[in-house]
Amino acid sequence: MKNYHYPKIPAAEITPKHLFQARRKFMQTAGGAALAALLPQPLWAAGGFGEIKKSEFSTSEALTPLQSVTGYNNFYEFGTGKDDPAARAGNLKTRPWSVRIEGEVKKPITLDIDQILKIAPLEERIYRLRCVEAWSMVVPWLGFPLAELIKCAEPTGKAKYVEFVSLHDPQQMPGQKSAVLDWPYREGLRLDEAMHPLTLLTVGLYGEVLPPQNGAPLRIVVPWKYGFKSAKSIVAIRFLEQQPTTSWMQAGPSEYGFYANVNPEVDHPRWSQAKERRIGEFLKRKTLMFNGYAEQVAPLYAGMDLARYF
Amino acid sequence: MANVSLDGKALARIKIAAFCLALLPLGKLGFNACLDNLGANPIEKITHVTGFWTLTLLMVTLAATPLRRLSGWSWPIRLRRMLGLFAFGYGSLHLLAYLVLDQFFDWEAIVQDIAKRPYITVGFPAFLLMVPLAVTSTDKMLRRLGGKNWLRLHSLVYPCAIGGVVHYWWLVKKDLSNPLAFASVLAILLGVRVAYRLGGPLFRRPKPARST
Repeated sequence: MKNYHYPKIPAAEITPKHLFQARRKFMQTAGGAALAALLPQPLWAAGGFGEIKKSEFSTSEALTPLQSVTGYNNFYEFGTGKDDPAARAGNLKTRPWSVRIEGEVKKPITLDIDQILKIAPLEERIYRLRCVEAWSMVVPWLGFPLAELIKCAEPTGKAKYVEFVSLHDPQQMPGQKSAVLDWPYREGLRLDEAMHPLTLLTVGLYGEVLPPQNGAPLRIVVPWKYGFKSAKSIVAIRFLEQQPTTSWMQAGPSEYGFYANVNPEVDHPRWSQAKERRIGEFLKRKTLMFNGYAEQVAPLYAGMDLARYF
Repeated sequence: MANVSLDGKALARIKIAAFCLALLPLGKLGFNACLDNLGANPIEKITHVTGFWTLTLLMVTLAATPLRRLSGWSWPIRLRRMLGLFAFGYGSLHLLAYLVLDQFFDWEAIVQDIAKRPYITVGFPAFLLMVPLAVTSTDKMLRRLGGKNWLRLHSLVYPCAIGGVVHYWWLVKKDLSNPLAFASVLAILLGVRVAYRLGGPLFRRPKPARST
């Protein structure tokens, strides 16, 4: 009788123990956070993830303090003031949460946030964040490459663009009672931008579950583009053949383009983009091409007139 | 309509109260600055607060004349110089915040801003218009210029206020609610003046109140 051989598991398939534990910790934290949401304490006070893989894409620059990262936000769903999101996002219910994957995909599907978290191990990415308003931060995000989810979604050959749709619920998002933007908030990327290893599907920051004011429970972070490109509180990811019109393009077509790559040479029509104020610093610093990620992303735009495709 | 003319004591009390009120935003700003309580972007905060109060105080000074005409009260006019100087003070702090805190004397960037950024192109001269008004605010200067010339010069407050509101309107990213509020108030204050000029019966001038 022949001995039975277990099928060999490729090394790449094995989740390292610390990641496995980190993921488990995240689930516990998120579960705890759901309970904690009922109590008058911040969501992220529930606990950390434990050990998380550090990424080679991280910058070694000084981190922007947590208080600034979670207290100074542009998230018009909660109001147009910078301190509105921290003050008014407390009612956002981040569990249960599901995300529709639709459009040009082989099998449209609705995924629960817990299923999404199982797609790939979490890693910490310390990225520069450059707002279109000429200020910047350095934020330690937690997530995994959006490409991992896109691979699972199996886009068809027709898919050329990805659109992200944020939650539209004025009960939870009081800023949506005002028509300052056309709700729901929509953002988009070209498929190759979305597949780029820097594009991060994000669920946490500073080692904790993403606070509501930073786009809980699920957002993307596209570090070489102005902050508004990084859609928050995502409920749908659509694969499209045509370039979608984003909320900001609709609000100001001459001021906000589809690409919105950080570019010190292409000014916003009403203000300069040559410099930026790093939050916490006094003197302005020079803004870097593609926010300092030119080495990784410049090839995506080879031959393109970036002043035209701003 | 009641002719509210106040004795010197009452006016002095109102003046002190208005002085304290007008100083309050600056006091609050200074207090919070000392406590490091101006948020993640203190420079932006200082710029916004000083700009907001410049415009607010400009509107208040512009309300004095219509108030007298509609109600017969003369005391708002008696506060106008002080509040106008406060507007100039907040405007100066606003400009200084931009020059020193925001740009830190980066003259190249400043000149480019004034030339290229419409909201600064209109905001900067709007501030400059306040300078001659502040300089000629004393009794001595009023006598020197003569009432008529003085009045003519001080009608510069109209383009100044309009420029200030346009400056605010053009700088906000999307949410126009605050600039719209200022624009509405300004439209009413200027509209009342136009209505007077046209001499509508509703706006007949009450007999000038005798000031004490």
